[in-house]
Amino acid sequence: MAATAQASTLTPVPQVVAHRVEREERGFLSWLTTTDHKKIGIMYLVSTFAFFIVGGIEALLMRLQLAQPSNDLLTPQTYNQLFTMHGTTMVFLFVVPVVAGFGNYFVPLMIGARDMAFPKLNALSFWLLTAGGLVFYASIFFDAPECGWTCYSPLSDDTYLPSGGVDAWIFLIHLTGLGSLVGSINFYATIANMRAPGMGWGRLPLFVWTILTYSVLLILSLPVVAAGVTLLLADRHWGTNFYDAANGGSPMLWQHLFWFFGHPEVYIMVLPTFGILSEVLPVFARKPIFGYKAVAASTIVIAFLGLLVWAHHMFTTPSPSIVLVFFMMSSFLIAVPTGVKIFNWIATLWRGTIHYTTALLFSVGFVGTFVLGGITGIFLATFPIDWQLHDTYFVVAHFHYTLMGGAVFGIFAGLYYWFPKMTGRMMHEGMGKASFWFMFIGFHTTFLVQHSAGLEGMPRRIYEYADIGNLATLNLISTIGAFTIAFGVLLSMINVLRSLKTGAVAGPDPWKANTLEWFVPSPPPKNNFDVIPRIRSVEPMKDIRREVLAQSRVPAGAAAGAAGDEG
Amino acid sequence: MTSRRLFLALLAVLAGALALAPVASADLLTPESGGSSNADDIDTLYKYVLVVAAVVFFVVEGLLIYATIRFRARKGAVASQVRGNTRLEVGWTVGAAIILVILATLTFIKLDEIRNPPDSSPEGLQLADTSRRLPPSGKSLNICVNGQQYLWRYTYADDCENADNVDAVFSYEEMVVPTETTVTLDIYSQDVVHSWWIPKLGGKFDAVPGYSNHTWFKVPAKYGEKPGGTVFFGQCAELCGQNHANMTARVRAVSPAEFERWYEQRRRDIQAARRAQAQAQQTQSESGAAAGSDES
Repeated sequence: MAATAQASTLTPVPQVVAHRVEREERGFLSWLTTTDHKKIGIMYLVSTFAFFIVGGIEALLMRLQLAQPSNDLLTPQTYNQLFTMHGTTMVFLFVVPVVAGFGNYFVPLMIGARDMAFPKLNALSFWLLTAGGLVFYASIFFDAPECGWTCYSPLSDDTYLPSGGVDAWIFLIHLTGLGSLVGSINFYATIANMRAPGMGWGRLPLFVWTILTYSVLLILSLPVVAAGVTLLLADRHWGTNFYDAANGGSPMLWQHLFWFFGHPEVYIMVLPTFGILSEVLPVFARKPIFGYKAVAASTIVIAFLGLLVWAHHMFTTPSPSIVLVFFMMSSFLIAVPTGVKIFNWIATLWRGTIHYTTALLFSVGFVGTFVLGGITGIFLATFPIDWQLHDTYFVVAHFHYTLMGGAVFGIFAGLYYWFPKMTGRMMHEGMGKASFWFMFIGFHTTFLVQHSAGLEGMPRRIYEYADIGNLATLNLISTIGAFTIAFGVLLSMINVLRSLKTGAVAGPDPWKANTLEWFVPSPPPKNNFDVIPRIRSVEPMKDIRREVLAQSRVPAGAAAGAAGDEG
Repeated sequence: MTSRRLFLALLAVLAGALALAPVASADLLTPESGGSSNADDIDTLYKYVLVVAAVVFFVVEGLLIYATIRFRARKGAVASQVRGNTRLEVGWTVGAAIILVILATLTFIKLDEIRNPPDSSPEGLQLADTSRRLPPSGKSLNICVNGQQYLWRYTYADDCENADNVDAVFSYEEMVVPTETTVTLDIYSQDVVHSWWIPKLGGKFDAVPGYSNHTWFKVPAKYGEKPGGTVFFGQCAELCGQNHANMTARVRAVSPAEFERWYEQRRRDIQAARRAQAQAQQTQSESGAAAGSDES
């Protein structure tokens, strides 16, 4: 007892402390009732990965249908339902909440806090997400929505889609949106108030910077889409005409409201995975991040500009020239901070000693893939070119390059990087690398050719296409690629399940990492930290390791004296 | 182990590049074009961007691949603990900005040609003045394009607001147009959002209920040389319901003379059909009236 009381006044030295004096709660009920940020984080990760697999299966069904021209494997209705479910699942039930999962688990650990600011609200966020997912997937037992993840009005109006599927979609937006909103406020409060002593804004880990930005973006954009879908609900059931042109409403209003949320949403999805990269790359290059301030600042600049580019999704609508020009220029601008990040990551690798772990492979794969997604974004931002490319497979390829080759690779990097911390066990590296290569090669096989399909005139969201040009070949290649990705994902999932039981024991800091989560045992005890170390740089663990090294050089007599003091 | 993997990755990249060469020649890297000058101009602008993009792509990927191979962990290698370089960072920020300024400038240079229709050529159809200001001469063949689940209706009229009231020529799915003539389109929808797109004739424009959208094209003479002309295919590009995939559109470009014959024939057919319909209605109402008078 005396030792722990005194330790807070001593310099931060890793020490053996008796944990688990209290028996840890176990069993099903402990998960349902938990307010522990780590357990909630795990529940987020497990449920979102489950949705990822469901969304992936939906994608595979679509790719099967498109494997050959004029295929009749699926009905047009089923096909439309599948792409609606796939898009909605991946956006609202996978990428956004999986990031919340990592954030929940690691933000308190990285900033040296013992839990989130509002643990009960934190549990509420998770259960709202689950409720949203259940309500949405319940629609497959009556009529799933078939209006795409954008649900453009008037198609989503009750005149054209009277079934309850669109309503289920609306409630999904409401429930997951409310969950994210509560979660974001929680993240913001936690990061603003609960940082370890000495952790000024200039020493905040870059992943935490991105979670902070993610939260602010969610707080700014979610209320808009919540209002948007509420108006849609009113139009559908209570006789209002917000989006009905024949009665003084406007279908363009829906598009503006939706994309005012929808484009920040893209950055909401990708920024935290940028953050994961900014943690993983320095650790495995054994170098500090190149230009910490620039990387952190570019996150904020991207978020700010991300709020000003929404109408680049609407270049083909009847809009005035000035609108087109403005949104082209703002979309161009966003390439600058994104380019800064990419160059800073490459510079971080430069003259490092790169250790090829799976997490690093996924990170480098992310950078290489995301570059192409960014470049095709420039084509789409140039509005006269967008007139040709909009709503074609070129766009499908573009956003999968950013969201799958980007965000999903980043999420997998995070999974491989943090799995030892969450479970106390290492993942199998060989299997992980095999998984990466299948996913990486499968990804490019699937989506590179889709650029060409779009350029040849293949629109998105069509359940069949005629055998003209090279469409048959391109689509077949794409389908083969999709199954290659699926195999890669399967390998990782098997890897997770087997490593839980048989993985090598990780210890607190298997990667020799930089941030504070590696200070505590793996998995961390319920209270996270017995002693919260004082932070003196962006890389507190480096300082701590150095100090341990210095102390181990202390003559034996002095060490004995110190021990005597404690006694 | 890692070096072998990297070597394999490089090999894959090389194979990919080799595969791309025939792909590029098969026009798989650029948009469709050829049917109208605006489509060609978009194609040209796209190629400008493609050149800049290719340079950026190869430089960045080259640096990335070089760094991952050159700086892999080796015995005795020590990572340099550099934390940044302000001059370098400002350099690539400004560099990125300059590239974008160049792209924006190129876009503005090409924009007028893409947006504003030219006059019809002398060998094209000579038309009366219209209220449309789009081409400099003020003359164009205006067609009202009306999207509906799941087909397109084309009405040859200048006043699209009242296109259904006047005795205008119309057709469904296949639009017939004269070559060398500037054709302006007013695009409407009567139900959900659709998108008009014939790739070879330029960009797509959404048909939004309550709004009108505009585009144009001018098909070169060579496409109308053979009798029957040339058909350009396209399809609806905005999800509009279950049969969105089947909402196709065709534009058949024929010589001005052939167009006039078609137009005249179509006009007479429609008039005949209207007369027949009116007659049928008249006889129906007369017999109805007769039946009514019988009852009284």
